Amino acid sequence: MPYLGPGMLGFAIFIVVPLVVSLVISVFDWPLFGAPEFVGLRNYQYMLDGDPAFWVSLRNTLIFAVLYTAVNLAVALGLSYWLMNLGGRWAAFFRVLFFIPVVTPMIGNALIFRLMLNDDGIVNQALAVIGIEGPQWLNVPGWAMFSLIMMSLWQGMGYNIIVLGAGIAGINPSVLEASRIDGAGPVSRFFRVVFPMLTPTIFFCTIMTVIGAFKVFAQPYALTEGGPGNATNTLVLHLYRNGFSFDRLGYASALAWVLFVLVMLITAVQFSQQKRWVTYDS
Amino acid sequence: MTAETMTPAAPTMRHRHRGQVLSRVLICVVGAVFLFPFVWMVATSLKPTNEVFASGTSFFGSRIEWSNYSVAWTAIPFGRILINSFLVAFAGALLTVSVSVLSAYAFSRFRFRGRAALFGAFLATMVLPQEVLIIPLYLMMQRAGLVNSYPALILPFAFGAFGTFLIRQFLLSLPPDYEEAATIDGASRLRTLVSVIVPLLRAPISVVFVFAFIEYWGSFLWPLIVVNDASMATVPIGLQMFSGERGTDWGPLMAAVTLVVLPSLLIVVLLQKQLPQGVSMGGFGGR
Repeated sequence: MPYLGPGMLGFAIFIVVPLVVSLVISVFDWPLFGAPEFVGLRNYQYMLDGDPAFWVSLRNTLIFAVLYTAVNLAVALGLSYWLMNLGGRWAAFFRVLFFIPVVTPMIGNALIFRLMLNDDGIVNQALAVIGIEGPQWLNVPGWAMFSLIMMSLWQGMGYNIIVLGAGIAGINPSVLEASRIDGAGPVSRFFRVVFPMLTPTIFFCTIMTVIGAFKVFAQPYALTEGGPGNATNTLVLHLYRNGFSFDRLGYASALAWVLFVLVMLITAVQFSQQKRWVTYDS
Repeated sequence: MTAETMTPAAPTMRHRHRGQVLSRVLICVVGAVFLFPFVWMVATSLKPTNEVFASGTSFFGSRIEWSNYSVAWTAIPFGRILINSFLVAFAGALLTVSVSVLSAYAFSRFRFRGRAALFGAFLATMVLPQEVLIIPLYLMMQRAGLVNSYPALILPFAFGAFGTFLIRQFLLSLPPDYEEAATIDGASRLRTLVSVIVPLLRAPISVVFVFAFIEYWGSFLWPLIVVNDASMATVPIGLQMFSGERGTDWGPLMAAVTLVVLPSLLIVVLLQKQLPQGVSMGGFGGR
């Protein structure tokens, strides 16, 4: 069929085939140039008990995903509710403002943060003014992860602010008005009315944010280079380095499949849990 | 107490009004803090190098160092890189839109065996991280001799499900009367699609186009892999090359970042009305 042809051909060539092929490559020792050699499950074996950076990068990715998603949703939810109460042009203006870092190239954003978080950068200079000696943000493991999460929140939160804002705008105003007449303050109105009615949107945001978090790459690449040591190394950064710096495409594909299975599992678990907290109308 | 219960309206109104003012002041502070990184980027781009980390937290250097911009422009082939990025993003967005319209039309107006299953499988890939596919995609490009080429930068990411999904949603809510009328008038199916349906789909099509454009414009991992020549670099790769070569030269580096951030800012300002609509319709999946 001429209409479905282009789309499904591209879907097959650039999504389905690569997905299957990456599983095949993962059982080979596959250099960039030269002949691949079949090694069975040895790449997976090496991952589980030979590669010290794998568990570290997996742990870092999980820590990043949990903290990033939790803080992102909490703050974005708070901000979008705040903006709703401001209303009108104010809300429209600030929604767009918070969205700016989402559309600017992530590498640029990361470089700006590297400048600001430099040992002598503006952040530590400002802290010195109020008598605090700031840490070496990017060179101490805990602070490096903290910086990575902060930078990513700044970069990505605007997306959820807009999606949640649209969700809040979709709530029937008469319901909010009724709760106001019943004497509910802004806080109890949020927890009793807005939050329950917003759960489908929050669910969507959680799914997308978690997936986005597991793909984290450009931020550690440009901000911390995965360091110090492996303190901010992530699964995708580890995948990239193995494939294109260490010339181990087979092992990188094994990592890719672990990422794939992990993301699918977590998404499936979230879907199976949704009826416990997500309420749909009618 | 009694006075307040007698005239509850006036104090409450004033109270609410004061709360509103406080709220507005606070959100401005939050907004200023949020925007500060960009302000600092511009300030640094105009400072002499030896003053970038000078203490005293000064906003401006002792003089305005415009030469940072010319250094940034010549240190890497900046003009070429901007053109590359624009071409890739424009062609990529155009391809994404064309394919999405055709697929959405087929999925909403044709009945065929396995339609639901195929559409379901297609949709499911919206949650598939593209990062999983990069190794085979790279090998594919290498075998096809396409490393360092526009097709390699464009093709792999034009066939995602989002555009089809969004446009299909609109098509389903569009009554088929227009098309039937056109068909009765003797127009072919393709003719009907192009001159009747596409104009009616202007809103979702522009959303898909803009979001695909921004995705291509900011994309980093794939170009990093498939481009290894400065003449084929896109904007994020240019910045990365730049920081590699001049990692400590912050003035010119921030000038380069400013030059890259400005077009994106322009996009946001021009499209401020459509952006929230686009995002809330589910654009930008997974960022």
